[in-house]
Amino acid sequence: MKSHTLSVLVENKAGVLSRVTGLFSRRGFNIESLAVGTCEEPGTSRITIVCFADDAKIEQVIKQLNKLIDVIKVSDITDIERVERELALIKVNAEPGSSRAEIMQIASIFRAQIIDVGTRSLVLMLTGDTEKIDAMEKLLRQYGVRELVRTGRIAVIRGAKTVKSSK
Amino acid sequence: MKTGAKILIEGLQHEGVETIFGYPGGVVLPVYDELYNSDLQHILVRHEQAAAHAADGYARASGRVGVCLATSGPGACNLVTGIATAYMDSVPMVAITGQVPTNLLGNDAFQESDITGITLPITKHNYLVKRTEDLGHVVREAFYIAGTGRQGPVLIDLPKDVSTGEIEYEYPENEPVTLRGYQPTVRGHARQIEKAVDMLLEAERPLIYAGGGVIASNASAELVELSERLSVPVTCTLMGLGGIPCDHPLSLGMLGMHGTQYANYAVTESDLLIAIGARFDDRVTGKLDTFAPHARIIHIDIDPAEIGKNKKVDVPIVGDVKAVLQEMITRIRKEPRYQRWNARIQAWKEKYPLQYRSDGVLRPQYVVQKLSELLDGEGTIVSEVGQNQMWTAQYFCFKKPRTWITSGGLGTMGYGFPASIGAYFARPDQPVFDIAGDGSFQMTIQELGTVAQYNIPVKIAILNNRFLGMVRQWQELFYDRRYSYTELPPVDFVKIANAYGVEGMRVEAVEDVVPALKAALDCNGPYVMDFRIEREENVFPMVPAGAAINEMIGGHMQ
Ligand SMILES: Cc1ncc(C[n+]2csc(CCOP(=O)(O)OP(=O)(O)O)c2C)c(N)n1
Ligand SMILES: [Mg+2]
Repeated sequence: MKSHTLSVLVENKAGVLSRVTGLFSRRGFNIESLAVGTCEEPGTSRITIVCFADDAKIEQVIKQLNKLIDVIKVSDITDIERVERELALIKVNAEPGSSRAEIMQIASIFRAQIIDVGTRSLVLMLTGDTEKIDAMEKLLRQYGVRELVRTGRIAVIRGAKTVKSSK
Repeated sequence: MKTGAKILIEGLQHEGVETIFGYPGGVVLPVYDELYNSDLQHILVRHEQAAAHAADGYARASGRVGVCLATSGPGACNLVTGIATAYMDSVPMVAITGQVPTNLLGNDAFQESDITGITLPITKHNYLVKRTEDLGHVVREAFYIAGTGRQGPVLIDLPKDVSTGEIEYEYPENEPVTLRGYQPTVRGHARQIEKAVDMLLEAERPLIYAGGGVIASNASAELVELSERLSVPVTCTLMGLGGIPCDHPLSLGMLGMHGTQYANYAVTESDLLIAIGARFDDRVTGKLDTFAPHARIIHIDIDPAEIGKNKKVDVPIVGDVKAVLQEMITRIRKEPRYQRWNARIQAWKEKYPLQYRSDGVLRPQYVVQKLSELLDGEGTIVSEVGQNQMWTAQYFCFKKPRTWITSGGLGTMGYGFPASIGAYFARPDQPVFDIAGDGSFQMTIQELGTVAQYNIPVKIAILNNRFLGMVRQWQELFYDRRYSYTELPPVDFVKIANAYGVEGMRVEAVEDVVPALKAALDCNGPYVMDFRIEREENVFPMVPAGAAINEMIGGHMQ
């Protein structure tokens, strides 16, 4: 069992996301994270799905995804050199005084941006891989994390190669 | 200017549809009004489930896309079992449902149900059409998707304002449908085919395991040709029966849970299994790791997702069965082989034939056997689900493809009678028999109204054991004869048939079986035969659930 990153190019049509996610739940595959957005090809979207499964299972997921009419291309980019990012917005308690200063220090170490300042809280924006975000959240917990919002993971292959649009 | 309803009906006609099965309601009124003018034949069923099954039976008997039509909400929901049945057996079908007007969508309007959501997991694809402008190409896409690749049902949900909306539209006649996300592979990979042929020539005990894909791809002639070139024996799944004539010397009949002993023994001893359009279903394989334990496996299928799904495969070939078999045949010279292997199988056939008691008691196997002799491979045989289905699969000698129609994957009781209505319209020159159980028949018995109204000459042979027999058999064998809710009180089926204006006969004695079957054949309308069979007859041989397929019980007569 390992974590797989799938890049799925789909027709940008109503209901396509529920077709994709419905397939995962119906066939007993768990999604760890999911991110969707329109992409470079007009009329299409790219879904990045991270899921935890063994090789036989992931092969079955990919084949089943390929059978969906609105799915144009599925690529497993797990073993390809790639860059992956996730974005998190963290609202943390920050009373004026020493804790506020400490939080700002942590933020600068992680290269997080402070995007909102309240009288008793701060909102931090952090991009990075899952581990980096987990690590910063852990450090901030002592101050009291009021809210944590994370996007799913997105990924591209390194270099000029792309996930091509033919099935 | 044309309304959406007109575009739909014209679209169906352009796709070659002649007969549809349906049931009206509020939001499909515009469509029904258009039907009133058209020369499309519409058969009014008595329940929408029957419309779906009839469209399915039509598709299986003809090889063409079947069409059913229902209103929104309850009408659409009543189609669901029929759509799921078609999906599980890869049957090409287009289901059209009415929907509330687009401005009410999502409002819990009267008779609104999210039928595209409901049928997401049981359709090959579905559409909620939001603009009249989209309807024409949706119809074309739907037929294209339903009828190509691994076939299956496609649903079109049609809001009322889309069918009343008016636009300028001409059906594009010769323009092929192209979908960038859907390009089924037809031709098999040449090197893989080469490899498969080499493996076949190297093998000593090869066996072909043929499934419904052979029928779907109209590849029976190719199957028989391949088998005969080298004398490779063939066993069929429930869905593959008719792919090779049952009396062909190389045919082993059905394999699996209620297969023949010789077929299951052959699988267990074979050193090369060639799976053709089959999917290693649990009713076939029994305990998976003891299935074909000595065999290398070649798997030919149009659906790449089926290959390696249940069993590891040595040579996968993705492609249309017919095209792949043609390729294989061109690479093989006629040269009978495997004499020792075929002799061994012949010895099993002689030692372990299918058999039942002939002791003057009316037994279901006898009824099926006599019907088989009477029809001699002609006609269309449809079944319900349960013991009746298995006895038919075992004792009817199918000689041609598409003459055997049954719900395999979903096992839907109540399928057979409406499916036989569809089968009749596909081949009106052939007699159609529905071999029924008393339980199953009562699930769609209301269709007696339909066959009476249109004088559809479908013959229903009820193997009446006053039990949900297949469940009772399991209770007898595995639950210590505790018959929990499986007994049915006697029903006078002939009286019910008569009340609908349908003729019928009750049969209690062995000697009355053949006269009853002949009376049914001679009757030019529908006919019901109520065969009062031995109540606790079992389907044998049988592989208990979870056992290896060569560990069959009940195969020999004591
Ligand atoms: C719709 C549906 N409900 C329940 C079942 C489970 N089931 C399988 S066979 C069977 C009994 C069928 O009884 P009958 O039609 O009388 O056929 P028999 O086995 O007696 O020949 C049942 C209940 C089913 N297959 N389909
Ligand atoms: Mg019964």
